Amino acid sequence: MSILYATILGLLFGFILQKTGAANPQKVIEMLRLRDFHLMKTILFSIGFSSLALFLLLSTGIIDSGHISIKSSYIGVIVGGAIFGIGWAISGFCPGTGVVAAGAGRKDALSFIVGGLLGAFIYMLAYASLKPSFLFDKLGDKITLVATSNEKFPILLPDLPAIAVAGSIAIIFILIAWKLPQNQKA
Amino acid sequence: MKSFLYQKQWGWRASGIALGLSFLLAIALVKPIGVSTQFVILDGIAWNLISDDLIVENSNAKKGYSSTNAYLNKSGGKYAKNVENPVNYSFIFVIAMIAGGFIASRLQSNKDSKETLTAPAVWKNKFGPSPGKRYLTTFLGGILVLVGARLAGGCTSGHMMSGMMQTSLSGYLFAAGVFVVAVPVTIFMYKGESK
Repeated sequence: MSILYATILGLLFGFILQKTGAANPQKVIEMLRLRDFHLMKTILFSIGFSSLALFLLLSTGIIDSGHISIKSSYIGVIVGGAIFGIGWAISGFCPGTGVVAAGAGRKDALSFIVGGLLGAFIYMLAYASLKPSFLFDKLGDKITLVATSNEKFPILLPDLPAIAVAGSIAIIFILIAWKLPQNQKA
Repeated sequence: MKSFLYQKQWGWRASGIALGLSFLLAIALVKPIGVSTQFVILDGIAWNLISDDLIVENSNAKKGYSSTNAYLNKSGGKYAKNVENPVNYSFIFVIAMIAGGFIASRLQSNKDSKETLTAPAVWKNKFGPSPGKRYLTTFLGGILVLVGARLAGGCTSGHMMSGMMQTSLSGYLFAAGVFVVAVPVTIFMYKGESK
């Protein structure tokens, strides 16, 4: 069953990433240069909309809170993000969009994937020596802003109602998405 | 509907809703989407083919496997288990994404030209038509992206999209780290380029 889900959801996600333009490095580079906000609008809109929908579905029990999975917060998340940012900027690909772009026939995505496999391998070898460093100093561990109905995870703002906060974030993100200038070029 | 599926690119509203729904559906049915870990799993699968002792069954480990590599061994041998059993949800998911990208591009009514598939126009305007330079750059970019993603413990899908929608602090920290660096680097790199 899980393999069937993997196949259907992976196909769907790959198809959608290609259709949003996220797997097109032209769109990524023009977004990061602040010249074409199509992808920025798409990302903000999708996070805002799906966050509110997620918390509504969690509160009604339609989505099982056991499916929630939160990643740790530590110094390396920010430092890793910055290193990732350089690579994303110079290539125009991230791991997911690189894979999809290769499927869509992009040759520059193939060399990205080979580089990615090498990068992942370097990290596998370096992990044991990085582990004791400040990079893994915790910044709240697996913490969320509001309650996800899964008690495993600590909460930053426990006194605020989750739906209200998720709803406010959604409104802010969607408003920014709406207000960012539209690019006439597709 | 047909023309919607054949369109080269959707508008931002349709894109945002479709993308959001795919992340929601994945959480509803299984778990949040993540991609970058599977680069480690594929490395591990290749390494495991040429090594006899990289991964061993270990009934004391939480996931039943342990590895001589500290990274594959972490979290009770979680990655070691997936390397040993490549037909697992997360790995097949990423393989299926390749097929999803392929299908979307085949259905596209207005096909991409061969030239734009080697390097985007903005790259060619700035750095010329040589594909070698572009391939070298995406190769180096790939190294940085995966080192960064593994250090951070996730990438655009796992941290930024799945993380931020669950209001995980880590998603916000990751996004801040990424954009604070990526925006100035891109502006500087393509300075003077204008179509």
